[in-house]
Amino acid sequence: MPTETPAHPIAAAPRTERERSAMSRAQQRTSRRPRRPARRTSYRLLAGSVLTVFVVFFVLPVLWLLLAATKTDDQLVHGQPLSFGSWSTLADNWHALTGFQDGAILLWLGNSALYAVVSLVITLCLSVPAGYALAMTEFRGRKTLLVATLVVMLMPSATLVVPLFMELNAVHLIGTMWSIVLPYAFYPFGVYLTYIYFSTAVPKDLLAAARIDGCSEFGVFRLVALPLATPVIALVGFFSFVANWTNYFLPYVMLPESGQLPVQVGIGTLLSSVPQFNPTVGSLAIERPQLALATLVAITPVLVVFLFAQRFLVSGMLAGATKE
Amino acid sequence: MTATAAPAGSGRRPRGTARSWAGPAFVAGYVLLLLAFGVLPIGYAIYFAFTDGGGSFTGFANFVTTAQDFRFVDAIGHVALYLLFWLLSLVVFVVGLALLLHRVSSGWAGQALRFLYYIPGALAGAASVLVWLFMLDPTVSPVSSMLGSLGFHTFGQVIAPGNLPVLFTVIAFWTGAGGWIVVMYGALNNIPTDVLEAARIDGAGAWQTAWHVQIPMLRKWIVYMVILAFAGGAQLFVEPQLLSLASVGVAGRDYSLNQLTYDFAFQMNDINGAAAVSLELLVVSVSVAGIFIARSRFFDAD
Repeated sequence: MPTETPAHPIAAAPRTERERSAMSRAQQRTSRRPRRPARRTSYRLLAGSVLTVFVVFFVLPVLWLLLAATKTDDQLVHGQPLSFGSWSTLADNWHALTGFQDGAILLWLGNSALYAVVSLVITLCLSVPAGYALAMTEFRGRKTLLVATLVVMLMPSATLVVPLFMELNAVHLIGTMWSIVLPYAFYPFGVYLTYIYFSTAVPKDLLAAARIDGCSEFGVFRLVALPLATPVIALVGFFSFVANWTNYFLPYVMLPESGQLPVQVGIGTLLSSVPQFNPTVGSLAIERPQLALATLVAITPVLVVFLFAQRFLVSGMLAGATKE
Repeated sequence: MTATAAPAGSGRRPRGTARSWAGPAFVAGYVLLLLAFGVLPIGYAIYFAFTDGGGSFTGFANFVTTAQDFRFVDAIGHVALYLLFWLLSLVVFVVGLALLLHRVSSGWAGQALRFLYYIPGALAGAASVLVWLFMLDPTVSPVSSMLGSLGFHTFGQVIAPGNLPVLFTVIAFWTGAGGWIVVMYGALNNIPTDVLEAARIDGAGAWQTAWHVQIPMLRKWIVYMVILAFAGGAQLFVEPQLLSLASVGVAGRDYSLNQLTYDFAFQMNDINGAAAVSLELLVVSVSVAGIFIARSRFFDAD
């Protein structure tokens, strides 16, 4: 936490030097008490209002979405934007939503869960040992693998979707869940995170000690490294799950049948069944509050994971910063 | 992130050599996926980009044909403009907000604010686009009066082509910025307190500390953010795609390069043209990432 500092902005001086010289220059100043409390208060006021404006920006749409699901379409248009409808309307909306194509939304949710979890498990089983080996062992090609991982990690994955389609088409996997589960399972960012984590947070001497005590290589990994890696496993799991759950382009291309869609692509289908957005839609219409409800349902798992994993996030996301 | 580089390898080797089988065994599964879904698709893209439907070599013909497509130059312009707005807003506001948070609010308030900023991240992908379709539709939007005062009275006016880069930036910022604010805030916390203390004793105010001490020390995180945001932004797809669904093709159709590859591959049956565009995107993104990495020495992969 920041210490209480006199927060008055000092009048701008030409700033060509870097931090050190700036500091020594500032050292020559004599008076450094919080001289102008009024100015400091106004500064805090300004800062506070900027932070508040952004709270509104980030939270208002979420709040609106929560409330929209409890209203009728008519209330949505004519009522107060931030008013609560009624629980019975929410129930009606839910029935209308699950009635769409005989419960398609539930099927899509199930698909999403299946795809995300299966890929997550494969990702963890493969990327944690890989990151461990890159950080803690020596072997030929290690450096090449590290560089390749970095390059692929920074490569926009969506640009590979069309070539991936051709590749998976050649082995007849298009239209099966493996056409998206396997590409999801390949998660170089996870390998990079585990690599950083092991190379900074786990001392090599610890592993050496275990080896001297007669531990096998697998034993060292299983009994020493893995228990220490819980934070990074949670972190990789979190990122991988969110990435898998929210991916749109890949399943959009790979899975042709409505029954196979994950919920993210599914709500796209719902969107084009809303008359206000697509006037050509006929009797199969979905109303806007039902679409809002579908959006809420589609994000709930990610939101739950967010709340659950928050503790791990900061520590893990900063794993790289401790590499001094 | 100082050079762990030089001495690291030599210090490690004596222990590792006897067990050289262990490393390869641990990475084997990952390498398999890397080859199948990282390397092989690139090979496919290269192969298809330089051949025609019959499989014979055509040189740069596919690149020329796709470049002459009337939508190609527009799509490049769209994506470039969007990237400019997106990266600028990300750097300015994320760093600014993290610094503000770090300075003014401590304890539960700071934690609550960071969490509130972070929440929209759960709506990544299609969900965020749907939410913003509602926000931008004056008939249902909670800020319709604000839209009205800006001169937008119908959904059609809001999604006019000229507005799209800004709208996509707003959507991307809304979902993505919170996570980066958390990261930057954490990185700020990692700056040793004695450094900030020294700056304070030397009489540096908030601005000076931020500009001369904190931002330089955040540099590698800013670079990291820009690289990942660039990679993410260049693949713009779901936002314009859903927008075109919502406007029956009026806005957002064939807007981005990825939509164009999709169209080439699956609407026009021109897999080779699609591969050519994919390859171009790939080369550009990897080069940009490479330049960033080389200039900032962010990933000094020991």
